[in-house]
Amino acid sequence: MADAAIRFRDVNKWFGKHQVLADINLAVSPGEVMVVCGPSGSGKSTLIRCVNGLEAIQGGDLVVLGESIVRSGVSMSALRTRVGMVFQSFNLFPHMTVLENIMLAPVRVRGLSATEAEKTARTLLARVRIPDKAENYPANLSGGQQQRVAIARALAMQPKIMLFDEPTSALDPEMINEVLDVMTDLAKEGMTMMVVTHEMGFARRVAHRVVFMDAGRVVEEATPDAFFAAPKSERAKDFLSKILSH
Amino acid sequence: MNYQFKWSVLWSGQSGSWLLQGVITTLEISALAWVLAAALGIVSGALRTVPFRPLRAVGTFYVEFFRNVPLLVWMFFWYFGVPPLLPRAAQDWIFNHGAEFWAGMFALGVYHGARMSEVIRAGILAIPRTQFEAAVAMGLTTFQAYRLVIVPIALRLIVPPATNESLNLLKNSSVALTISVAELTFQTRQIETYTAKAVEALTAGTLIYLILCVGIAAVMARVERRFAIPGLIARGG
Repeated sequence: MADAAIRFRDVNKWFGKHQVLADINLAVSPGEVMVVCGPSGSGKSTLIRCVNGLEAIQGGDLVVLGESIVRSGVSMSALRTRVGMVFQSFNLFPHMTVLENIMLAPVRVRGLSATEAEKTARTLLARVRIPDKAENYPANLSGGQQQRVAIARALAMQPKIMLFDEPTSALDPEMINEVLDVMTDLAKEGMTMMVVTHEMGFARRVAHRVVFMDAGRVVEEATPDAFFAAPKSERAKDFLSKILSH
Repeated sequence: MNYQFKWSVLWSGQSGSWLLQGVITTLEISALAWVLAAALGIVSGALRTVPFRPLRAVGTFYVEFFRNVPLLVWMFFWYFGVPPLLPRAAQDWIFNHGAEFWAGMFALGVYHGARMSEVIRAGILAIPRTQFEAAVAMGLTTFQAYRLVIVPIALRLIVPPATNESLNLLKNSSVALTISVAELTFQTRQIETYTAKAVEALTAGTLIYLILCVGIAAVMARVERRFAIPGLIARGG
């Protein structure tokens, strides 16, 4: 596994005196879908935010696409063009149309012409199943549509890895599936994905591996079948009983 | 009351052309100072929010230094204080090229830039941090994130208070009469001196300022509607 897409090696991180990540050792292979779950405050969002440098780690090493991101002089912007991220709160830019949102980074970072970028953007909008919303502003879209645009926007940079930070937590129940469907498509196409989510159905169907975190530590790491059928730790059993009971 | 109104002093003799000259000078000095203030305000306001302490310190220094000295003192400083520090030839050159105008413009611009800075900073602080994260997460540099996302959103949010600052700037250009810039207030004083008709002259000045300011407010209201961010609280007017 020398060529893992993402490798955490003894990663530690503190917010002040509070340790949010403790001795994390994890590797995500190319093409793998890893679901990270755990109770709120367990450090799962912090974990994936380290992968594209939105959070800095304080101990250990983190190698993303063959490059250690803790080395001094590493270009975060260059790394981030290869690692897409989708946030809980969509974060579309409200003053730009859907098309402008998707074209921004390809034009400004990759230097694509507007024509090329628009062509790609429209293809991506078709892929996330909202080809007719290109000229709309984010405010005129539903939450599910906004999140699908956010996915298209991240894909526009042709990333090698996609990070999802609770992508459906801010959505009404009837919109969750339209976003999960797009993510499922992406997984089937072989995208390397790290997904923080409470959608255990998605984890069961799509994930290759489930990581359960608690208090900044990886408590369990298993295939979905093994994890859901027989969680080993009490903490995971407790978590699953709460999250699956409704 | 036995004051004899004589409104014709405003258009007889040279009064008309003085007033016109005054309006033009007021608009010139204000427009140039506004551009300077907007540029300084955007740069320093943005600097004060970036994730890099030395740059924040630069922004803070500018704001606190320039907003906490009276505008009048700045005008005197740039007009009487700075030129003697320059080489003789440079002094001669600037005094032959409207030194009072440039000193006044500069004082007005840096003073209002410091005030504008706070307006812009407030606009930036109103934007959720995750917008910045989303921008850099797609590979934009911090500078690009500010230029393409953060500042454009902030500017749309701050049109009402920026209008206030712009009107203040225009009205404060009258302070430049103290360093003998022949702007509108200077010209109304001149009419008063020549005709001894203070009420008429000052009424004319008052009305002209009022018209200019209402006009600017109307333009800014259009700008506000034109660039409003869809989905934010709808505006009236």
